[in-house]
This record gives sequence, structure tokens and C-alpha cells, in this order.
Amino acid sequence: MILKDILISLRVALSAALLVATQMAAAQEPLKIEITGSGANQIPVAIAPFRDEARLSQQLTPVIAADLARSGLFRIVDAGGAKPQHEPEQVDYAMWRARSADAVAIGSVAQLPDGRYDIRFRLMDATRQTQLAGVAYTASASQLRLTAHKIADAIYEKLMGEPGAFATRIAYIVRRSRTRFELHVADSDGHSPQVALASNEPIISPKWSPDGSRLAYVSFEARKPVVYVQSLTTGARQAVANFTGSNSAPAWSPDGRRLAVVLTKDGGSQMFMVSANGGGQAQRITSSAGIDTEPNFSPDGSTILFTSDRGGSPQIYRIAAGGGGAQRVTFDGTYNVSPRYSPDGKSFTFIQRAGNRYNVAVQDFTSNQVQVLTDGGVDESPSFAPNGRMILYATEVRGRGILAAVSSDGKVKQRFTVDAGDIREPAWGPVVSK
Amino acid sequence: MQKIIVGIAVSFSLLFAGCSSTKDEQKGAAIEDRTGATQPTPPTGPSTGSVTDGGVARVTIPPRDSTPSDNTGELAKRSIFFDFDSNIVKEEFRPTVAAHAKNLTQNRTKKMIIQGNTDERGSREYNLALGQRRADSVRQMMTVLGAQGGQIETVSFGEEKPRAQGSDESAYTQNRRADIVYQGE
Repeated sequence: MILKDILISLRVALSAALLVATQMAAAQEPLKIEITGSGANQIPVAIAPFRDEARLSQQLTPVIAADLARSGLFRIVDAGGAKPQHEPEQVDYAMWRARSADAVAIGSVAQLPDGRYDIRFRLMDATRQTQLAGVAYTASASQLRLTAHKIADAIYEKLMGEPGAFATRIAYIVRRSRTRFELHVADSDGHSPQVALASNEPIISPKWSPDGSRLAYVSFEARKPVVYVQSLTTGARQAVANFTGSNSAPAWSPDGRRLAVVLTKDGGSQMFMVSANGGGQAQRITSSAGIDTEPNFSPDGSTILFTSDRGGSPQIYRIAAGGGGAQRVTFDGTYNVSPRYSPDGKSFTFIQRAGNRYNVAVQDFTSNQVQVLTDGGVDESPSFAPNGRMILYATEVRGRGILAAVSSDGKVKQRFTVDAGDIREPAWGPVVSK
Repeated sequence: MQKIIVGIAVSFSLLFAGCSSTKDEQKGAAIEDRTGATQPTPPTGPSTGSVTDGGVARVTIPPRDSTPSDNTGELAKRSIFFDFDSNIVKEEFRPTVAAHAKNLTQNRTKKMIIQGNTDERGSREYNLALGQRRADSVRQMMTVLGAQGGQIETVSFGEEKPRAQGSDESAYTQNRRADIVYQGE
């Protein structure tokens, strides 16, 4: 691998980022999402077509309906044959009640003089015939899908009483061949992928900065693992851990200023803190004779979960973020790895091996109860949605890596077929306030 | 003319022509013909002993067919294979490790990278650490045999650069290994 090639390919990827994204979206097979299972009590909700959305390059209501259906928590009531209804006084409540809808989403689209769109939506209570929510958005043509996801979030939050996570992004790695690896950023439903980095050498462990503006990852382009931080807005990137030996497993501190990383410069694989802006000294935070890796900060930044084989088999431990004594937290089985805190800090997800099978599990910190959520057998890299409701992970179908998600209670399962490549290492990004 | 340094490293000198310089070896010079008239420069590197024997150079040159070369015999072997979940260098690979250790010991300017690898099962980051442990295990054996730690950088590719594709034991066996790559290669 020649660095120059990387830089050239990077520059090409960046200068053509939008072009690449458009072409990829156009060239793709239709996205396939397979959903199994559902929540115990699905809320029936109707999504009436928005006025004039048919003129848009991207219709909104199919995206909204797909988001809600994918969560497993809603049943989308058939809107077929309904007369057009876009304003509260037009809503045919009798019809929606006859179709068992609890709530009805209505809306409209109007183009503004500057070419952008004014998108208005309301969520109506079908029984009480009152407005539950109403929001207006201004969006460019390229922001239509995002706007649809935001509307789905608004509906989700109003009906579920907790924030949605549809208007978020995911990052993952696509392996196209032995010499072609790509870091992608896509919508939370796998749509609209963009190439953030293309390399001839492997890329692993993408991790979102808390504000969603940067990705840390491990690249092997220098014939060894080096940790980089890359801005998603400018594409500029910097090696933040490039010491003698291997550099890997980045984890952002919640303030976005530091990264926990795993370095081998002093022998073994041990955890250190480095600046997220590069430079400065690496401060050691663990000192064990074993492997210490896969750090992950608690949401409040006070503690770090990590994988260690200090006790003879890989298990998950917890340590104060400043270092000190480690406390073992997993005891079931001989292989528990890849811990990630839930957004509320009350539980964590991880990969547990049983026999030759690797499955996604969650463990509650209070009860220490473990629940195994999947049975894929080759599952890896679990990460929570920002609202804690779903866990995104990678699995395999016929030897090819794909994305999958499971609800944190194990009841809803999704498989995404987003790309013809071999997909691995997904990471669910944060909610970005804007 | 610099004097040949003989001392702590004398056993290596006698056995392996440790005093032939890297430059000479790189040029492929006719080192067999070396006498007191054309004294080779001492090997570089801080750990060489500094005891001289009255200004007389004493160098035993091995026959050509045992001269270390990067392309023949054990030195041509660049991969050490491991058992599942193990970083122990098996008996059958010790001659290879010893030959490369010897090569580094005799050529203190030589440097290498040892790249650890694992099979595909399990966490990628944990596998990266396991691959590192394999590379470190090979390095430790080399340093015990006389190589200097500074000549060897150990890194890991984990499961990311499999030699054999596939999800069966025959592929896994090929992929659980450490590769030796000399600087400049």
C-alpha cells in the first residue's frame, strides 16, 4: 500500500463524495429489510399521503411508514382508497377508526422561492380528534429523506413517550475485495450510503464522536494498525495514535476531547488515553499482564468497560476512567467480548460465545441478568441506537457480512440488505441536534 | 584501519561470521578471502563487546554454503504457524525463528517487522490483540537468541489479512500465523 495512492483515492472520494453517493444510491439494488417479530402491543397508525409529495424526487410518507414499521412497535394502517386529506379539518376520522387507527399523520409540501421545500406535518388522535403533534420543516431536495426520518421520530416520540432514532446515521465497513475496503456512512435504515474513506488495506472499528461530526477508526494502510480521526464535513483526517507496534480500538470520551485506545508500545495490548486532536503523550490507564482491549466509556464518562483475558479467558471488566482497579462484570461462559454501554448506562450489550456460536447479548448492571438476543452464530460489533431501543450488529448470510438489528428486549429483529459487498463493523451514530 | 572487536560476541563471530558488515553482505563481496590485510569493519550496534585482543584480528569465516542469506534455507521461511488459541512457537518452527534471530544478531543494522495474524472467529479487536501476542512471542524468542529488541517491531493484523479465504479449519490453520518482513522488503 502506497500512502500516495490512499491520499489520491481519499481526495477522489472526498471531491466526488456527493457524486459517489448519488451513483451508489442509483446503482443499488432496492434496499431490502426483513423484519421478524414485533412488540407486544403494536400501535396502529395511519400515514396519509402528503399534499404534493408526489412531485418530490423523494416521497416522504413511504419513508416514514417504513421507519415506523421497521421498529416493530407500530402497525401501519392501510391508507388505500382514502380521499386526500392534508389539513386537520379534512381528516376522515370515521374511516380511520373503522380501520382501527389510533393516530393519523397528515401533511403537505410546498416549494419555497429559493427552491427549498416547506414541509408541514400533523399527528392527529383518531379517537379524540385532536392534534398530538405538529411540526414544520424547511429542507433542500437532498434533505428530504432526513426530514422524513425526523417526522418518523416525532411520531415515535409522541406515541412511545421516548425519543426516536430514525434521523441518525450509521457507519460500517464494506469489503469489496482483498484490496478494496470502504468506510461508509448511511442513514439509519441503510439508505444513501456515502464513502468516507476508500483504501487498499483493511479498516476496522469505526466509532462516532459524541457530536456525530467525526469518526475514529483503525486503518492498516501503513502496514500496521494506526488510529485516525476524520472529519465528516471536511474529510480532513489525522493519525491520533501511531506509536511503535499496534494502535487500535478507539473509544471516544463523552466530551469528545479524548480517545481511549489500545497500544502495544510498552508491551502487551494495554489501554491508554490520547487527545482526539492528535499530539501529546499517551497516558496509560490499565496495567495488566493480559490483553486489555475494546474500551467503551459510560455515558457519564466516569467508567470504562473493556475486554480482558487477565483471568484466563476473555471477559468484560469495568474500570474508573482515570485508571485503578478493574472489576469483572461477566461470569457466564468463557468468551464475552465487545462491550458497549446502553445510552442510559444501566446495561451493556456484548458478544457471548456459546459453543462455536457468537451471539449478541445484554446484561443489566443491577440484576446482572444476561439475555441472549440473537442466534445468528457469527454476530459481532453490537452498538445501541441512541434511544437504547435497538442494537445494530453485523452477522453473516452465506459467508457474506450483512447488517442486522435487534430490539434490546429481543422481540424485534431486522436484517438489512444494503449493499452487494461484504459488510462488517457497524456503529450507530448519535442524535445530532439541528 | 579499525580493529576487529572480539569479546562477548565472540561465539557468534566464530560461528556465524558476525564481523562481516552489512554493507559487504549487501554487495555480495567475496568475504571468504578476507585476511588481516583487508579487515572488515565491526558490526554496528551497542551491545557488541568491546574487548580487543592486542590488535590482531581473528575472524573465522564459515564456508559459503552456510553463509546466512535471506533467500535460502530457514531464512527463506517467513511464517510461523500456531495452534488454536495459542501463542506458543511450536518445535517445528524453532529453527526458522533461530535462523532469523541469528541473522539479526549478525547484522545489527537489520530490522524486521513481525506481523501477527489470527483466524476469523471472534471479536476483531480481541483478535488483533491475540495476533500481537503471537508476534510478541516470536520476538521474545529471537531476543533470547541474541537479537536486539530495537531490531524488531511487532504489529498485528488480527483477522484482517487472511492468507487463506474460507471458514474451515484448513483456512484457519493457514491464518493463525506470524509473518517476518525485513525492513525495506
